[in-house]
Amino acid sequence: MIALSDYLILGAILFSLSVTGIFLNRKNVIILLMCVELMLLAVNMNFIAFSHFHGDTAGQVFVFFILTVAAAEAAIGLAILVVLFRNTRTINVEDLDTLKG
Amino acid sequence: MTFEKFVFYIFAAILVFAASMVITRRNPVHSALFLVLAFFSSAGIWLLAEAEFLAIVLILVYVGAVMVLFLFVVMMLDIDLATLRAGFIKYMPVGALVALVMAIEMFMVVGPANFGLDKMPAPAAQGPGYNNTEELGNVLYTVYMYPFEIAAVILLVGIIAAIGLTMRKRPETKYQDPSQQVKVKKADRLRVVKMDAED
Repeated sequence: MIALSDYLILGAILFSLSVTGIFLNRKNVIILLMCVELMLLAVNMNFIAFSHFHGDTAGQVFVFFILTVAAAEAAIGLAILVVLFRNTRTINVEDLDTLKG
Repeated sequence: MTFEKFVFYIFAAILVFAASMVITRRNPVHSALFLVLAFFSSAGIWLLAEAEFLAIVLILVYVGAVMVLFLFVVMMLDIDLATLRAGFIKYMPVGALVALVMAIEMFMVVGPANFGLDKMPAPAAQGPGYNNTEELGNVLYTVYMYPFEIAAVILLVGIIAAIGLTMRKRPETKYQDPSQQVKVKKADRLRVVKMDAED
């Protein structure tokens, strides 16, 4: 039988991989967005595993809402990216320093 | 090892492979396609965990809509890959170190010592009459009615924000103005000329 720890460890590996991705591709906004999607996937994996082992549908409902919010986030993020590229002709994070942060 | 566990490990291996490809590929299009593979294999794992509805939703919504949007944007933008890749090797050690430490820490918390089969026995498999979609719908439209409506409003805000951000008027393009078209009177367009009949 598959143990709960198997699902949780898989989620942990997935989350760590996406954190590495954020370190490696820290200049490319598109890959950063993809890494965020991977992180959400890892979190959803944990929710579904706990929902399965507790026999409670609340976890699956929460995953449903996370998917909704993630879809809206991806749409708005990509729209911002397109506008950004149209104005500055670059998506390099290091060039986006107009706020002098 | 049962067949179920074998299938789980196959899907998990594909998932980890696809995730590592997403973060290391040079071409963002390849990254997006490997992300699609990652979503597919995790949908398989969710099916094993008896979350059938969400597995299908993951494929329909994520692969069908969100990833297509990603691919569309990646292909539309003309990116200079060489400058974006600079520093990839430089950040490799620190990234790998942070990830390794995080993975080990999480493994110590969620590993078999705390969440193994002896601590958390596997639930009995659902019978053939079990309907995951019906089960979710029963709570979604009763207990979670207001959160469900808020989710709908969030999607509406997403639509309006995405359109509002990307819509623009080009000065060189000619547009029709329907209100002006409706308002026009006969006198604006038609001129009756009085002239003598010619011989």
